[in-house]
Amino acid sequence: MERSLTYIALFAALIAALGLVPQITLATGVPITAQSLGVMLCGTVLGARRGALAAGLFVALVALGLPLLSGGRGGLGVFVSPTAGFALGFPLAAFVAGWVVEKWQASIGIAAFAGALIGGVGVLYLCGITGMALVLGKSWPEAALLVSPFIPGDLLKAGLAAGVTRGLAQLRPGAVLSRAG
Amino acid sequence: MLTLTSHHKTALHALPAGPKLAALALITAGMLALPTAASVWALAVLVALVHLALGRGFARQAARALLPLWPFLLILLIWHFWTDAPERGALVAGRMLTAVALANLVTMTTRLDAMIALVERITQPVARWLPPRRLALAIALVIRFTPVLMDKAVILGQAWRARSARRRNPRLVLPLVLAAIDDAEQVAEAIRARGGV
Repeated sequence: MERSLTYIALFAALIAALGLVPQITLATGVPITAQSLGVMLCGTVLGARRGALAAGLFVALVALGLPLLSGGRGGLGVFVSPTAGFALGFPLAAFVAGWVVEKWQASIGIAAFAGALIGGVGVLYLCGITGMALVLGKSWPEAALLVSPFIPGDLLKAGLAAGVTRGLAQLRPGAVLSRAG
Repeated sequence: MLTLTSHHKTALHALPAGPKLAALALITAGMLALPTAASVWALAVLVALVHLALGRGFARQAARALLPLWPFLLILLIWHFWTDAPERGALVAGRMLTAVALANLVTMTTRLDAMIALVERITQPVARWLPPRRLALAIALVIRFTPVLMDKAVILGQAWRARSARRRNPRLVLPLVLAAIDDAEQVAEAIRARGGV
């Protein structure tokens, strides 16, 4: 029980820390932060339920008024802004990423890549684009066009999440709760 | 760690969190029913005046909190100029600005402990599945360990720069996650040693 709680809390802190450390700028000039990498790792390392709880805890703290989103954003305003769908989609994205790793008994690296891709990119963008379409009053394909420059960076992050998860499975097998049963 | 609560004390700071959140929900929902851009912008001006009435320093801080919205306003401006529907664009932009400004107003005038207390009260009916003690402990752990992990990320980056001329390496994420996991194990042990949760 205690272990579950501290893992959830520490991974919520990890999402925040990854979003707040200086960002990397891609070759295309689009700045990316590692925040969504943290969400992917919540799922691929902690599994569906705990991963969703960690991401949910993070989102709840943002709503309570802590500046934990990348760029130091936070507060209730985030949830009515055009990027609301991304923030609200974090728990669902982590859940799906974890669910894939739990259910698909492929080697951990491959399953984590698939999970990060489906949950951390697919599901997250579905939520994010829907939110942006609603707030900006655009059609769904139009909103999808607006966020498309960020997709290559997130594909890279899915690869990175898979590498980190596989590394953890070697270094701390007991810590990869998504595979610990 | 800093919260987004404004240190410019205003009259709104004294109001309890619950009614403020209820008012926010009502006003935001009501605004969605406003049909014309003119009415939405009238509300926007009213909200801006409320900010100014609460103090200039406070208003300036609130304006800074809206800065991340500028790219989206620019997109809307170009888009609706292009599609020849400026009225629609003004409506959407006004709604977005006003909704975010109102929500920020609640965040800026409500202390974190008041928000946490409200969450504990609201989650009372589901206390069986979400024990308030555990929730409070989890919140405290995140607040404490976010700066700890950020410091570790900075140290890892400096160590990397000391031994390599190349740019920061994404491989540094693995040791950062390891640090988080080892902290989680140790804190879990410490909590268990003190009687558990």
